[in-house]
Amino acid sequence: MMVQALALTLRLAVVVSLILLAISLPLAYWLTFSRWKGKFLAEAVVSLPIVLPPTVLGFYVLVALGPASPVGRWYESLTGHGLAFTFTGLVIGSVIYSLPFSVQPMAAAFASVDRKLLEASAILGASRWRTFWRIVLPLSFPGVLTGLVLSFAHTLGEFGVVLMIGGNIPGATQTVSILIYDQVQALNYRVANETAGLLLVLCLLLLSGLYGLRRHKGWALWDAR
Amino acid sequence: MGCAVSAAGAVTGAAVLGVRIRKSYGGGFELEVEFEAAAGITILFGASGAGKTTILDCVAGLQTPDEGAISIGGKSPAYLGSASGRMGHLLFDSAAKVNVPVRLRHVGYLFQTLALFPHMSVVQNIEYGLAALDAGERKSRVAEIMDSFHISAMASRRPGEISGGERQRVALARTLVTRPCVLLLDEPLTALDAATKAKIVADLRAWNERFKIPILYVTHDREEVFALGEQMLVLENGRVVARGLPQDALHRPELESVAQLAGFENVFDGSVVERHVEQGTMACRIAGSQVELEVPLTRVAAGQAMRVGIRAGDIMVATMPPQGLSARNVIAGTITKLEQRDAVVIAQVECGAVFEVHLTPGAVRSLELAAGAKVWIVIKTYSCRVLR
Repeated sequence: MMVQALALTLRLAVVVSLILLAISLPLAYWLTFSRWKGKFLAEAVVSLPIVLPPTVLGFYVLVALGPASPVGRWYESLTGHGLAFTFTGLVIGSVIYSLPFSVQPMAAAFASVDRKLLEASAILGASRWRTFWRIVLPLSFPGVLTGLVLSFAHTLGEFGVVLMIGGNIPGATQTVSILIYDQVQALNYRVANETAGLLLVLCLLLLSGLYGLRRHKGWALWDAR
Repeated sequence: MGCAVSAAGAVTGAAVLGVRIRKSYGGGFELEVEFEAAAGITILFGASGAGKTTILDCVAGLQTPDEGAISIGGKSPAYLGSASGRMGHLLFDSAAKVNVPVRLRHVGYLFQTLALFPHMSVVQNIEYGLAALDAGERKSRVAEIMDSFHISAMASRRPGEISGGERQRVALARTLVTRPCVLLLDEPLTALDAATKAKIVADLRAWNERFKIPILYVTHDREEVFALGEQMLVLENGRVVARGLPQDALHRPELESVAQLAGFENVFDGSVVERHVEQGTMACRIAGSQVELEVPLTRVAAGQAMRVGIRAGDIMVATMPPQGLSARNVIAGTITKLEQRDAVVIAQVECGAVFEVHLTPGAVRSLELAAGAKVWIVIKTYSCRVLR
């Protein structure tokens, strides 16, 4: 049961962090470089999941994915079943929930790239696309990796949103954190302890690996000048 | 890739950069300049905030003028905006609503900070602007430019691993390898010693013997201006106030920037107290003090504001009240600071206003001058230049 939950959790975290990488790169780029005056609104929306209780977020996602919403109905007409209480539903909820953890480090890294380098790139004839891949991305690599790892770790440990959207179906939506809750409810403290310890060690390893890398001198690969 | 290919129409004759722009900022600063720069170096000289970098930014397209036109070609900017002005390579024209994007302007721009890409090797930096060329052409162009700027030996190093002068050469090579239509240099050599500077300028001149493009060279360093000895535009508060060769522009010391260029270490604002027409002089009081100077007669009326420039080397120092002198300005004061720089001792004398005086070390010794000493400074009337 623990192995199954762990496998599901890891699969969820991998899928979610990869989707987030694909979403966050353009979103962080836009948040950093757009001159739109209403940008602060978008920034606030992206940061909402940090302050909202997971139940609030989970509730709205559940409603949005359910048969009462156009999205839910459309999905059901395509696949024959609803999104709520499925792995796909879980992925959607988790992507929204972990979005700020992925976008914010990337946006901060993009913003710290010297604007003069971007101007120099344009003057040398490079398009924005080329400037992004050749200059912005390599120079913000630590920030991008941080966003990726944080969204992965955050998804590993998420609870409330999963419970609201996914419920507790072993093999489909039962993640490690739900399993722990389940075992505690059943007064099965030994399994709860083992599972909780495993998650703790896993997250600690991941984060210490990340921060260790960032501290490491060879990390930057180039001189700061 | 390169200038000739990029020109929208045929560029006839030698390349001339035509600039006629106006741009206003909040806070009352307005840039309004009109000039032509022929092939070769044109110096933009002025104090910081005079608008030098803004001009370069407008030519490169990093800033957009409110009004005007910028072109490369044989046309005078007076014709820009009319249909006939379109013959050259038009970069910007507010009337015709032309604003070529930065990356299509084929302008070379060397920032003061150089902006070398820190994560790329020297060779990768130089290749960066040549993406449109095929590999063979790119390779030979990079090899050629690295050779002419003497940086072939450091091809695989990163910018952080080479010296300041070498970085300057790499940045210049990266810019020039794209064969730009015009080159913009923003205080490119400020941080370098004179010998390194001279070598780089020589290499740049050699390069431009072949490509003959207009080069705008921004500086606020008067030694650099004389070393270059090229046509210059003097900018003050967003306007061109003098143009010509450095020695000609120097004949107009009434301008603030030129005054600094000409080496007036002492510049005082004041007002005319009284005009002595028959003596050919007038008395003026330095603002915020009781110090009165006798200066040559100008058209400034009594009571009006004026500015006086005095070279620090034209001021004499006496340890006793001097007598029997032709000099009309004898002012008592106290030495507040003495500092030796190379063969010059720089003294600060507090007389109500603070004067900077340059003395020889021998004079300081024989007069036994020290901080706190009571002195009299002596200034000839004709050493006081009325700047405005």
